[in-house]
Amino acid sequence: MEFEQILFYIFSFWFVASSLAMIFSRNAAKAVLFLILAFFSAASIWILLEAEFLAIILILVYVGAVMVLFLFVIKMLNIDKSTLRAKFAGYLPLGLVVAAVIVAEMILVLGSHQFGLEVVAAPARHSADYSNITVLATQLYTTYVYPFELAAVLLLIAIIAAITLVHQSQIKRKQQSISEQVKVRAKDRLRLISITSPNKKTKEVDGG
Amino acid sequence: MMMALWQAFVVSTHNLLPWFDGVIATVLIILIKAFALIMPLMLVVAYFTYAERKMIGYMQLRIGPNRVGPRGWLQPIADALKLMTKEIIFPSKANIYLFLLAPVLAIAPAIAVWAVIPFAEGIFVVDLDVSLLYVLAIGSIGVYGIILAGWASNSKYPLLGALRSASLLVSYEIVIGFALVTVVMIAGSVNLNTIVEAQRGGILHWYWLPLLPMMIIFFISALVETNRAPFDVVEGESEIVGGTHVEYSGMTFAIFFLAEYANMILMAVLAVLLFFGGWHSPFMGIPYLEFMFSWVPGIVWLLAKSSFFMFLYLWVRATFPRFRYDQIMRLSWKVFLPITIIWIFVVALMTQLKLGVWFG
Repeated sequence: MEFEQILFYIFSFWFVASSLAMIFSRNAAKAVLFLILAFFSAASIWILLEAEFLAIILILVYVGAVMVLFLFVIKMLNIDKSTLRAKFAGYLPLGLVVAAVIVAEMILVLGSHQFGLEVVAAPARHSADYSNITVLATQLYTTYVYPFELAAVLLLIAIIAAITLVHQSQIKRKQQSISEQVKVRAKDRLRLISITSPNKKTKEVDGG
Repeated sequence: MMMALWQAFVVSTHNLLPWFDGVIATVLIILIKAFALIMPLMLVVAYFTYAERKMIGYMQLRIGPNRVGPRGWLQPIADALKLMTKEIIFPSKANIYLFLLAPVLAIAPAIAVWAVIPFAEGIFVVDLDVSLLYVLAIGSIGVYGIILAGWASNSKYPLLGALRSASLLVSYEIVIGFALVTVVMIAGSVNLNTIVEAQRGGILHWYWLPLLPMMIIFFISALVETNRAPFDVVEGESEIVGGTHVEYSGMTFAIFFLAEYANMILMAVLAVLLFFGGWHSPFMGIPYLEFMFSWVPGIVWLLAKSSFFMFLYLWVRATFPRFRYDQIMRLSWKVFLPITIIWIFVVALMTQLKLGVWFG
Protein backbone atom coordinates (compact mmCIF):
# COMPACT_ATOMS: atom_id res chain seq x y z
CA MET A 1 0.00 0.00 0.00
CA GLU A 2 1.32 3.41 -0.93
CA PHE A 3 1.77 6.13 1.62
CA GLU A 4 -0.83 8.32 -0.08
CA GLN A 5 -3.36 5.50 0.21
CA ILE A 6 -2.68 5.20 3.92
CA LEU A 7 -3.27 8.95 4.28
CA PHE A 8 -6.49 8.66 2.29
CA TYR A 9 -7.81 5.94 4.58
CA ILE A 10 -6.84 7.89 7.71
CA PHE A 11 -8.65 11.02 6.49
CA SER A 12 -11.66 9.03 5.28
CA PHE A 13 -11.90 7.27 8.63
CA TRP A 14 -11.87 10.62 10.42
CA PHE A 15 -14.41 11.99 7.98
CA VAL A 16 -16.90 9.16 8.52
CA ALA A 17 -16.25 8.93 12.27
CA SER A 18 -16.65 12.66 12.88
CA SER A 19 -19.80 12.82 10.73
CA LEU A 20 -21.35 9.98 12.76
CA ALA A 21 -20.23 11.59 16.01
CA MET A 22 -21.82 14.86 14.90
CA ILE A 23 -25.19 13.18 14.35
CA PHE A 24 -25.14 11.14 17.53
CA SER A 25 -23.75 13.73 19.93
CA ARG A 26 -26.27 15.07 22.43
CA ASN A 27 -24.50 18.36 22.95
CA ALA A 28 -25.06 20.91 20.16
CA ALA A 29 -21.69 22.61 20.67
CA LYS A 30 -19.87 19.28 20.43
CA ALA A 31 -21.87 18.45 17.29
CA VAL A 32 -20.58 21.66 15.68
CA LEU A 33 -17.01 20.77 16.65
CA PHE A 34 -17.36 17.33 15.09
CA LEU A 35 -18.75 18.96 11.95
CA ILE A 36 -15.63 21.15 11.84
CA LEU A 37 -13.48 18.01 12.09
CA ALA A 38 -15.50 16.52 9.22
CA PHE A 39 -14.83 19.63 7.12
CA PHE A 40 -11.14 19.36 7.87
CA SER A 41 -11.02 15.71 6.83
CA ALA A 42 -12.88 16.54 3.61
CA ALA A 43 -10.40 19.35 2.91
CA SER A 44 -7.50 16.95 3.48
CA ILE A 45 -8.97 14.48 0.98
CA TRP A 46 -9.36 17.30 -1.55
CA ILE A 47 -5.72 18.23 -1.07
CA LEU A 48 -4.81 14.60 -1.84
CA LEU A 49 -6.83 15.11 -5.05
CA GLU A 50 -4.63 18.16 -5.88
CA ALA A 51 -7.60 20.51 -5.43
CA GLU A 52 -5.79 22.69 -2.88
CA PHE A 53 -7.70 25.86 -3.76
CA LEU A 54 -11.09 24.27 -3.08
CA ALA A 55 -9.78 22.67 0.10
CA ILE A 56 -8.54 25.96 1.49
CA ILE A 57 -11.72 27.79 0.48
CA LEU A 58 -13.71 25.08 2.29
CA ILE A 59 -11.76 25.79 5.48
CA LEU A 60 -11.82 29.57 4.99
CA VAL A 61 -15.57 29.85 4.35
CA TYR A 62 -17.14 27.01 6.27
CA VAL A 63 -14.76 26.51 9.19
CA GLY A 64 -13.61 30.11 9.46
CA ALA A 65 -16.95 31.88 9.12
CA VAL A 66 -20.08 29.73 8.88
CA MET A 67 -19.28 27.44 11.79
CA VAL A 68 -18.27 30.39 13.97
CA LEU A 69 -21.77 31.81 13.44
CA PHE A 70 -23.26 28.37 14.21
CA LEU A 71 -21.40 28.28 17.53
CA PHE A 72 -22.44 31.87 18.15
CA VAL A 73 -26.12 30.96 17.77
CA ILE A 74 -25.81 27.77 19.80
CA LYS A 75 -24.33 29.69 22.70
CA MET A 76 -27.31 32.05 22.67
CA LEU A 77 -29.87 29.23 22.58
CA ASN A 78 -31.06 27.43 25.62
CA ILE A 79 -31.95 24.05 24.17
CA ASP A 80 -34.39 22.05 26.30
CA LYS A 81 -33.57 18.42 25.61
CA SER A 82 -36.76 16.92 27.11
CA THR A 83 -39.07 18.64 24.61
CA LEU A 84 -36.82 17.54 21.78
CA ARG A 85 -37.05 13.92 22.92
CA ALA A 86 -40.84 14.07 23.37
CA LYS A 87 -41.32 15.05 19.74
CA PHE A 88 -38.78 12.50 18.52
CA ALA A 89 -41.16 9.48 18.62
CA GLY A 90 -43.89 11.35 16.75
CA TYR A 91 -41.63 12.30 13.86
CA LEU A 92 -39.87 8.91 13.71
CA PRO A 93 -42.00 7.19 10.98
CA LEU A 94 -41.90 10.17 8.63
CA GLY A 95 -38.21 10.67 9.31
CA LEU A 96 -37.44 7.03 8.52
CA VAL A 97 -39.29 7.27 5.19
CA VAL A 98 -37.43 10.46 4.22
CA ALA A 99 -34.10 8.94 5.26
CA ALA A 100 -34.79 5.77 3.24
CA VAL A 101 -35.63 7.80 0.14
CA ILE A 102 -32.49 9.92 0.49
CA VAL A 103 -30.27 6.86 0.99
CA ALA A 104 -31.82 5.15 -2.07
CA GLU A 105 -31.23 8.27 -4.18
CA MET A 106 -27.66 8.58 -2.98
CA ILE A 107 -26.96 4.94 -3.83
CA LEU A 108 -28.39 5.46 -7.32
CA VAL A 109 -26.40 8.63 -7.99
CA LEU A 110 -23.25 8.17 -5.93
CA GLY A 111 -22.94 4.37 -5.88
CA SER A 112 -19.65 2.69 -6.71
CA HIS A 113 -20.98 1.61 -10.11
CA GLN A 114 -20.90 5.27 -11.16
CA PHE A 115 -17.40 6.10 -9.96
CA GLY A 116 -15.23 3.02 -10.50
CA LEU A 117 -11.92 3.38 -12.33
CA GLU A 118 -13.53 1.56 -15.29
CA VAL A 119 -16.24 4.27 -15.56
CA VAL A 120 -14.14 7.38 -14.91
CA ALA A 121 -10.45 7.41 -15.75
CA ALA A 122 -8.03 8.38 -13.00
CA PRO A 123 -7.24 12.13 -13.20
CA ALA A 124 -3.88 13.00 -14.68
CA ARG A 125 -1.08 13.85 -12.27
CA HIS A 126 0.34 17.36 -12.46
CA SER A 127 3.85 18.50 -11.66
CA ALA A 128 4.66 20.54 -8.58
CA ASP A 129 4.62 23.89 -10.41
CA TYR A 130 1.10 23.33 -11.78
CA SER A 131 -1.06 26.18 -10.52
CA ASN A 132 -4.53 24.94 -9.71
CA ILE A 133 -5.80 28.42 -8.85
CA THR A 134 -4.67 30.02 -12.14
CA VAL A 135 -6.44 27.37 -14.21
CA LEU A 136 -9.60 27.72 -12.14
CA ALA A 137 -9.53 31.53 -12.35
CA THR A 138 -9.01 31.49 -16.11
CA GLN A 139 -11.99 29.19 -16.59
CA LEU A 140 -14.16 31.15 -14.18
CA TYR A 141 -13.45 34.59 -15.59
CA THR A 142 -13.41 33.75 -19.31
CA THR A 143 -15.56 30.76 -20.27
CA TYR A 144 -18.00 30.91 -17.36
CA VAL A 145 -17.99 34.63 -16.62
CA TYR A 146 -21.77 35.13 -17.08
CA PRO A 147 -22.89 32.23 -14.85
CA PHE A 148 -20.33 33.43 -12.32
CA GLU A 149 -21.66 36.99 -12.35
CA LEU A 150 -25.24 35.72 -12.19
CA ALA A 151 -24.42 33.68 -9.08
CA ALA A 152 -22.84 36.78 -7.53
CA VAL A 153 -25.93 38.89 -8.26
CA LEU A 154 -28.15 36.15 -6.80
CA LEU A 155 -26.11 36.18 -3.58
CA LEU A 156 -26.30 39.98 -3.43
CA ILE A 157 -30.10 39.83 -3.76
CA ALA A 158 -30.21 37.24 -0.97
CA ILE A 159 -28.14 39.50 1.30
CA ILE A 160 -30.33 42.55 0.63
CA ALA A 161 -33.49 40.46 1.12
CA ALA A 162 -32.26 39.16 4.45
CA ILE A 163 -31.42 42.66 5.68
CA THR A 164 -34.77 44.14 4.57
CA LEU A 165 -36.64 41.25 6.25
CA VAL A 166 -34.95 42.08 9.55
CA HIS A 167 -35.65 45.80 9.19
CA GLN A 168 -39.30 45.45 8.19
CA SER A 169 -40.84 45.50 11.67
CA GLN A 170 -42.22 48.75 13.06
CA ILE A 171 -40.62 48.28 16.48
CA LYS A 172 -38.68 51.33 17.56
CA ARG A 173 -35.07 50.38 18.07
CA LYS A 174 -32.56 51.99 20.37
CA GLN A 175 -29.84 53.27 18.13
CA GLN A 176 -26.67 55.23 18.62
CA SER A 177 -26.38 58.35 16.51
CA ILE A 178 -22.65 58.48 15.97
CA SER A 179 -22.64 61.86 14.24
CA GLU A 180 -24.40 63.47 17.20
CA GLN A 181 -21.98 61.77 19.60
CA VAL A 182 -19.02 63.10 17.65
CA LYS A 183 -20.45 66.62 17.40
CA VAL A 184 -20.84 66.98 21.17
CA ARG A 185 -18.58 69.54 22.83
CA ALA A 186 -17.76 69.85 26.50
CA LYS A 187 -20.05 72.88 27.01
CA ASP A 188 -23.10 70.87 25.79
CA ARG A 189 -22.77 68.32 28.57
CA LEU A 190 -20.93 70.06 31.36
CA ARG A 191 -22.10 73.05 33.36
CA LEU A 192 -19.99 74.60 36.07
CA ILE A 193 -21.90 76.18 38.95
CA SER A 194 -20.42 77.92 41.90
CA ILE A 195 -22.33 76.87 45.03
CA THR A 196 -22.24 78.83 48.21
CA SER A 197 -22.16 76.65 51.27
CA PRO A 198 -24.98 77.61 53.72
CA ASN A 199 -23.12 76.90 57.02
CA LYS A 200 -19.72 78.25 56.11
CA LYS A 201 -18.77 81.70 55.14
CA THR A 202 -19.21 82.47 51.45
CA LYS A 203 -16.32 81.01 49.47
CA GLU A 204 -15.80 81.29 45.77
CA VAL A 205 -15.85 77.85 44.13
CA ASP A 206 -13.30 77.65 41.44
CA GLY A 207 -14.95 75.78 38.62
CA GLY A 208 -12.54 73.76 36.57
CA MET B 1 26.84 27.94 1.35
CA MET B 2 24.15 27.27 3.95
CA MET B 3 21.71 26.14 1.28
CA ALA B 4 24.26 23.69 -0.15
CA LEU B 5 24.92 22.22 3.30
CA TRP B 6 21.18 21.83 3.89
CA GLN B 7 20.71 20.14 0.50
CA ALA B 8 23.52 17.72 1.35
CA PHE B 9 21.87 17.00 4.70
CA VAL B 10 18.47 16.33 3.03
CA VAL B 11 20.03 13.95 0.50
CA SER B 12 22.02 12.05 3.11
CA THR B 13 18.90 11.67 5.32
CA HIS B 14 17.03 10.20 2.38
CA ASN B 15 19.91 7.77 1.76
CA LEU B 16 20.07 6.72 5.42
CA LEU B 17 16.29 6.22 5.86
CA PRO B 18 14.98 4.74 2.60
CA TRP B 19 11.85 3.05 4.03
CA PHE B 20 8.36 3.79 2.64
CA ASP B 21 9.78 5.50 -0.48
CA GLY B 22 11.64 7.95 1.74
CA VAL B 23 8.48 9.07 3.52
CA ILE B 24 10.08 8.63 6.92
CA ALA B 25 13.04 10.76 5.88
CA THR B 26 10.65 13.43 4.53
CA VAL B 27 8.67 13.47 7.78
CA LEU B 28 11.92 13.73 9.77
CA ILE B 29 13.08 16.69 7.67
CA ILE B 30 9.70 18.40 8.09
CA LEU B 31 10.00 17.93 11.86
CA ILE B 32 13.50 19.44 11.87
CA LYS B 33 12.22 22.43 9.85
CA ALA B 34 9.28 22.87 12.22
CA PHE B 35 11.62 22.76 15.22
CA ALA B 36 13.93 25.32 13.61
CA LEU B 37 10.91 27.59 13.10
CA ILE B 38 9.07 27.16 16.40
CA MET B 39 12.06 27.53 18.76
CA PRO B 40 13.10 31.01 17.56
CA LEU B 41 9.43 32.00 17.35
CA MET B 42 8.84 31.12 21.00
CA LEU B 43 12.01 32.97 21.97
CA VAL B 44 10.83 36.07 20.06
CA VAL B 45 7.42 35.80 21.73
CA ALA B 46 9.06 35.63 25.17
CA TYR B 47 11.24 38.68 24.54
CA PHE B 48 8.41 40.53 22.81
CA THR B 49 6.51 40.45 26.12
CA TYR B 50 9.64 41.84 27.81
CA ALA B 51 9.96 44.55 25.15
CA GLU B 52 6.29 45.40 25.61
CA ARG B 53 6.58 45.84 29.37
CA LYS B 54 9.81 47.80 29.08
CA MET B 55 8.65 50.12 26.25
CA ILE B 56 5.24 50.82 27.71
CA GLY B 57 7.03 51.43 30.99
CA TYR B 58 9.24 54.10 29.43
CA MET B 59 6.27 55.62 27.60
CA GLN B 60 4.49 55.97 30.94
CA LEU B 61 7.64 57.26 32.69
CA ARG B 62 8.23 54.05 34.61
CA ILE B 63 11.22 51.73 34.42
CA GLY B 64 9.49 48.43 33.79
CA PRO B 65 10.84 45.03 34.89
CA ASN B 66 14.41 45.40 36.16
CA ARG B 67 14.81 42.88 39.00
CA VAL B 68 15.44 39.49 37.37
CA GLY B 69 18.87 39.38 35.77
CA PRO B 70 20.78 42.40 34.45
CA ARG B 71 18.24 45.10 33.42
CA GLY B 72 15.50 42.52 33.79
CA TRP B 73 16.73 40.44 30.84
CA LEU B 74 15.67 37.17 32.48
CA GLN B 75 12.13 38.36 33.31
CA PRO B 76 10.38 36.35 30.52
CA ILE B 77 12.18 33.17 31.60
CA ALA B 78 11.10 33.75 35.20
CA ASP B 79 7.51 34.37 34.02
CA ALA B 80 7.52 31.15 32.00
CA LEU B 81 8.82 29.13 34.97
CA LYS B 82 6.23 30.71 37.26
CA LEU B 83 3.34 29.93 34.92
CA MET B 84 4.55 26.37 34.32
CA THR B 85 4.67 25.55 38.01
CA LYS B 86 1.30 27.07 38.85
CA GLU B 87 -1.71 24.88 39.50
CA ILE B 88 -4.35 24.60 36.76
CA ILE B 89 -7.77 25.11 38.28
CA PHE B 90 -10.87 23.69 36.60
CA PRO B 91 -14.21 25.38 37.24
CA SER B 92 -16.46 22.78 38.88
CA LYS B 93 -19.16 22.83 36.18
CA ALA B 94 -16.86 23.36 33.22
CA ASN B 95 -16.71 20.98 30.32
CA ILE B 96 -13.17 19.67 31.01
CA TYR B 97 -12.42 18.33 27.51
CA LEU B 98 -13.48 21.48 25.70
CA PHE B 99 -11.92 23.58 28.48
CA LEU B 100 -8.53 21.95 27.72
CA LEU B 101 -9.10 21.83 23.96
CA ALA B 102 -9.58 25.62 23.78
CA PRO B 103 -5.92 26.63 24.42
CA VAL B 104 -4.76 23.94 21.98
CA LEU B 105 -7.08 25.33 19.31
CA ALA B 106 -5.70 28.80 20.00
CA ILE B 107 -1.99 27.94 19.75
CA ALA B 108 -2.06 25.29 16.97
CA PRO B 109 -3.24 27.58 14.13
CA ALA B 110 -1.05 30.43 15.43
CA ILE B 111 1.99 28.21 14.84
CA ALA B 112 0.75 26.31 11.77
CA VAL B 113 0.35 29.57 9.84
CA TRP B 114 4.12 30.13 9.99
CA ALA B 115 4.70 27.10 7.73
CA VAL B 116 4.12 29.13 4.54
CA ILE B 117 5.80 32.40 5.57
CA PRO B 118 8.93 33.07 3.47
CA PHE B 119 11.73 34.72 5.46
CA ALA B 120 14.12 35.38 2.60
CA GLU B 121 14.69 34.21 -0.92
CA GLY B 122 14.45 30.42 -0.70
CA ILE B 123 14.08 30.28 3.10
CA PHE B 124 10.65 28.83 3.96
CA VAL B 125 9.20 25.58 5.25
CA VAL B 126 6.72 25.07 2.38
CA ASP B 127 6.27 26.98 -0.87
CA LEU B 128 2.51 26.64 -1.16
CA ASP B 129 0.84 27.97 -4.30
CA VAL B 130 -2.11 29.33 -2.30
CA SER B 131 -0.06 30.49 0.69
CA LEU B 132 -1.91 33.78 1.27
CA LEU B 133 -5.26 31.96 1.33
CA TYR B 134 -3.71 29.36 3.65
CA VAL B 135 -2.68 32.14 6.04
CA LEU B 136 -6.25 33.53 6.01
CA ALA B 137 -7.87 30.10 6.37
CA ILE B 138 -5.69 28.79 9.19
CA GLY B 139 -5.67 32.19 10.85
CA SER B 140 -9.47 32.17 10.96
CA ILE B 141 -9.45 28.93 12.96
CA GLY B 142 -7.79 30.66 15.91
CA VAL B 143 -11.17 32.18 16.86
CA TYR B 144 -12.37 28.74 18.00
CA GLY B 145 -9.86 28.79 20.83
CA ILE B 146 -11.46 31.95 22.23
CA ILE B 147 -15.07 30.91 21.56
CA LEU B 148 -14.59 27.51 23.15
CA ALA B 149 -12.73 28.98 26.09
CA GLY B 150 -15.70 31.25 26.72
CA TRP B 151 -18.28 28.52 26.31
CA ALA B 152 -16.52 25.69 28.15
CA SER B 153 -15.69 27.81 31.21
CA ASN B 154 -19.40 27.94 32.08
CA SER B 155 -19.04 31.43 33.48
CA LYS B 156 -20.65 34.72 32.52
CA TYR B 157 -17.67 36.97 31.76
CA PRO B 158 -15.89 34.45 29.52
CA LEU B 159 -19.15 33.93 27.62
CA LEU B 160 -19.53 37.68 27.07
CA GLY B 161 -15.94 37.92 25.91
CA ALA B 162 -16.39 34.99 23.55
CA LEU B 163 -19.52 36.48 22.01
CA ARG B 164 -17.71 39.76 21.39
CA SER B 165 -14.74 37.92 19.94
CA ALA B 166 -16.80 35.80 17.55
CA SER B 167 -18.63 38.77 16.05
CA LEU B 168 -15.53 40.99 15.89
CA LEU B 169 -13.28 38.44 14.25
CA VAL B 170 -15.83 37.44 11.62
CA SER B 171 -16.46 41.09 10.65
CA TYR B 172 -12.79 42.02 10.48
CA GLU B 173 -11.86 38.90 8.51
CA ILE B 174 -14.06 40.25 5.71
CA VAL B 175 -12.23 43.59 5.83
CA ILE B 176 -8.80 41.93 5.82
CA GLY B 177 -9.90 39.65 2.98
CA PHE B 178 -10.97 42.61 0.83
CA ALA B 179 -7.80 44.53 1.65
CA LEU B 180 -5.70 41.55 0.57
CA VAL B 181 -7.69 41.24 -2.67
CA THR B 182 -6.10 44.52 -3.80
CA VAL B 183 -2.61 43.13 -3.12
CA VAL B 184 -3.46 39.97 -5.06
CA MET B 185 -4.81 42.12 -7.92
CA ILE B 186 -1.51 44.00 -8.30
CA ALA B 187 0.80 41.03 -7.80
CA GLY B 188 -1.37 38.67 -9.83
CA SER B 189 -0.72 35.80 -7.44
CA VAL B 190 -1.73 34.43 -4.04
CA ASN B 191 1.72 32.98 -3.49
CA LEU B 192 3.60 35.03 -0.85
CA ASN B 193 6.93 34.37 -2.60
CA THR B 194 5.58 35.75 -5.88
CA ILE B 195 3.97 38.73 -4.15
CA VAL B 196 7.31 39.70 -2.59
CA GLU B 197 9.20 39.12 -5.85
CA ALA B 198 6.69 41.39 -7.64
CA GLN B 199 7.79 44.20 -5.31
CA ARG B 200 11.45 43.91 -6.33
CA GLY B 201 13.04 47.34 -6.63
CA GLY B 202 13.48 50.28 -4.29
CA ILE B 203 11.21 51.64 -1.62
CA LEU B 204 8.88 53.14 -4.27
CA HIS B 205 8.26 49.74 -5.85
CA TRP B 206 6.67 48.35 -2.70
CA TYR B 207 2.90 48.23 -2.50
CA TRP B 208 2.49 50.61 0.42
CA LEU B 209 2.19 53.60 -1.91
CA PRO B 210 -0.59 52.52 -4.34
CA LEU B 211 -2.33 50.69 -1.49
CA LEU B 212 -1.79 53.23 1.29
CA PRO B 213 -5.40 53.15 2.60
CA MET B 214 -5.40 49.33 2.41
CA MET B 215 -2.18 49.16 4.38
CA ILE B 216 -3.61 51.34 7.15
CA ILE B 217 -6.84 49.32 7.18
CA PHE B 218 -4.84 46.08 7.25
CA PHE B 219 -2.83 47.23 10.25
CA ILE B 220 -5.90 48.40 12.19
CA SER B 221 -7.77 45.18 11.36
CA ALA B 222 -4.73 43.21 12.48
CA LEU B 223 -5.02 44.95 15.85
CA VAL B 224 -8.61 43.74 16.11
CA GLU B 225 -7.81 40.22 14.91
CA THR B 226 -5.15 39.83 17.57
CA ASN B 227 -7.33 41.35 20.34
CA ARG B 228 -4.90 44.14 20.99
CA ALA B 229 -5.54 47.55 22.54
CA PRO B 230 -7.36 49.80 21.64
CA PHE B 231 -9.67 47.02 20.38
CA ASP B 232 -9.19 44.53 23.23
CA VAL B 233 -12.87 44.40 24.22
CA VAL B 234 -12.60 40.58 24.29
CA GLU B 235 -10.51 40.89 27.43
CA GLY B 236 -11.76 44.29 28.50
CA GLU B 237 -10.44 44.26 32.07
CA SER B 238 -12.52 47.22 33.16
CA GLU B 239 -15.78 45.86 31.70
CA ILE B 240 -15.75 42.07 31.76
CA VAL B 241 -12.88 41.38 34.19
CA GLY B 242 -10.64 39.45 31.80
CA GLY B 243 -12.98 38.11 29.19
CA THR B 244 -12.34 34.62 27.94
CA HIS B 245 -9.39 33.85 30.18
CA VAL B 246 -11.05 34.55 33.53
CA GLU B 247 -11.22 30.88 34.49
CA TYR B 248 -7.83 29.89 33.10
CA SER B 249 -4.71 29.65 35.26
CA GLY B 250 -1.11 28.56 34.97
CA MET B 251 0.02 27.12 31.67
CA THR B 252 -3.45 27.07 30.08
CA PHE B 253 -3.57 30.85 30.56
CA ALA B 254 -0.02 31.26 29.25
CA ILE B 255 -0.83 29.35 26.05
CA PHE B 256 -3.51 31.90 25.13
CA PHE B 257 -0.91 34.62 25.45
CA LEU B 258 1.66 32.67 23.45
CA ALA B 259 -0.94 32.40 20.68
CA GLU B 260 -1.81 36.10 20.87
CA TYR B 261 1.81 37.23 20.63
CA ALA B 262 2.63 34.70 17.89
CA ASN B 263 -0.31 36.13 15.93
CA MET B 264 0.89 39.68 16.51
CA ILE B 265 4.34 38.84 15.15
CA LEU B 266 2.69 37.04 12.24
CA MET B 267 0.59 40.07 11.36
CA ALA B 268 3.69 42.30 11.51
CA VAL B 269 5.60 39.96 9.18
CA LEU B 270 2.58 39.69 6.90
CA ALA B 271 2.28 43.48 6.66
CA VAL B 272 5.95 43.63 5.61
CA LEU B 273 5.57 40.82 3.06
CA LEU B 274 2.47 42.31 1.47
CA PHE B 275 3.08 46.05 1.61
CA PHE B 276 6.76 46.67 2.44
CA GLY B 277 8.69 44.53 0.01
CA GLY B 278 9.43 41.56 2.28
CA TRP B 279 13.13 40.77 2.29
CA HIS B 280 14.08 43.37 -0.34
CA SER B 281 16.50 46.11 0.64
CA PRO B 282 14.94 49.60 0.77
CA PHE B 283 18.03 51.01 -0.97
CA MET B 284 17.61 48.92 -4.10
CA GLY B 285 18.07 51.14 -7.17
CA ILE B 286 19.86 53.97 -5.34
CA PRO B 287 23.40 54.23 -6.82
CA TYR B 288 25.84 54.13 -3.85
CA LEU B 289 23.62 53.00 -0.98
CA GLU B 290 22.58 49.84 -2.81
CA PHE B 291 26.17 48.68 -3.08
CA MET B 292 26.98 49.67 0.52
CA PHE B 293 24.13 47.56 1.90
CA SER B 294 24.28 44.67 -0.56
CA TRP B 295 26.01 42.44 2.04
CA VAL B 296 22.97 42.54 4.38
CA PRO B 297 21.05 39.25 4.10
CA GLY B 298 17.36 39.49 3.16
CA ILE B 299 16.15 38.00 6.44
CA VAL B 300 17.70 40.94 8.33
CA TRP B 301 15.68 43.44 6.29
CA LEU B 302 12.51 41.39 6.85
CA LEU B 303 13.06 41.21 10.61
CA ALA B 304 14.01 44.89 10.85
CA LYS B 305 10.86 45.99 9.01
CA SER B 306 8.71 43.62 11.06
CA SER B 307 10.22 44.98 14.29
CA PHE B 308 8.93 48.40 13.32
CA PHE B 309 5.38 47.04 13.01
CA MET B 310 5.76 45.13 16.26
CA PHE B 311 6.80 48.40 17.88
CA LEU B 312 3.70 50.08 16.39
CA TYR B 313 1.54 47.54 18.24
CA LEU B 314 3.07 48.61 21.55
CA TRP B 315 3.00 52.30 20.69
CA VAL B 316 -0.71 52.11 19.79
CA ARG B 317 -1.45 50.23 23.01
CA ALA B 318 0.23 52.89 25.13
CA THR B 319 -1.45 55.75 23.24
CA PHE B 320 -5.14 55.11 22.64
CA PRO B 321 -7.98 54.42 25.09
CA ARG B 322 -10.18 51.38 24.47
CA PHE B 323 -12.90 51.67 21.80
CA ARG B 324 -16.50 50.99 22.67
CA TYR B 325 -17.78 47.70 21.24
CA ASP B 326 -20.41 49.19 18.89
CA GLN B 327 -17.86 51.72 17.62
CA ILE B 328 -15.55 48.90 16.56
CA MET B 329 -18.40 47.19 14.73
CA ARG B 330 -19.35 50.45 13.01
CA LEU B 331 -15.73 51.01 11.99
CA SER B 332 -15.64 47.62 10.30
CA TRP B 333 -18.98 47.55 8.46
CA LYS B 334 -19.65 51.20 7.73
CA VAL B 335 -16.17 52.65 7.29
CA PHE B 336 -13.57 50.04 6.35
CA LEU B 337 -15.70 47.78 4.17
CA PRO B 338 -16.87 50.58 1.81
CA ILE B 339 -13.32 51.96 1.57
CA THR B 340 -11.88 48.55 0.67
CA ILE B 341 -14.54 47.93 -1.96
CA ILE B 342 -13.99 51.35 -3.52
CA TRP B 343 -10.23 50.77 -3.52
CA ILE B 344 -10.69 47.49 -5.40
CA PHE B 345 -12.23 49.53 -8.22
CA VAL B 346 -9.45 52.12 -7.94
CA VAL B 347 -6.84 49.36 -8.27
CA ALA B 348 -8.70 47.94 -11.26
CA LEU B 349 -8.57 51.40 -12.84
CA MET B 350 -4.85 51.76 -12.05
CA THR B 351 -4.22 48.35 -13.63
CA GLN B 352 -6.01 49.46 -16.79
CA LEU B 353 -4.02 52.70 -16.95
CA LYS B 354 -0.76 50.81 -16.18
CA LEU B 355 0.08 53.39 -13.55
CA GLY B 356 3.59 53.85 -12.15
CA VAL B 357 6.04 51.03 -11.58
CA TRP B 358 3.59 48.69 -9.89
CA PHE B 359 1.39 47.67 -12.79
CA GLY B 360 3.51 46.05 -15.45
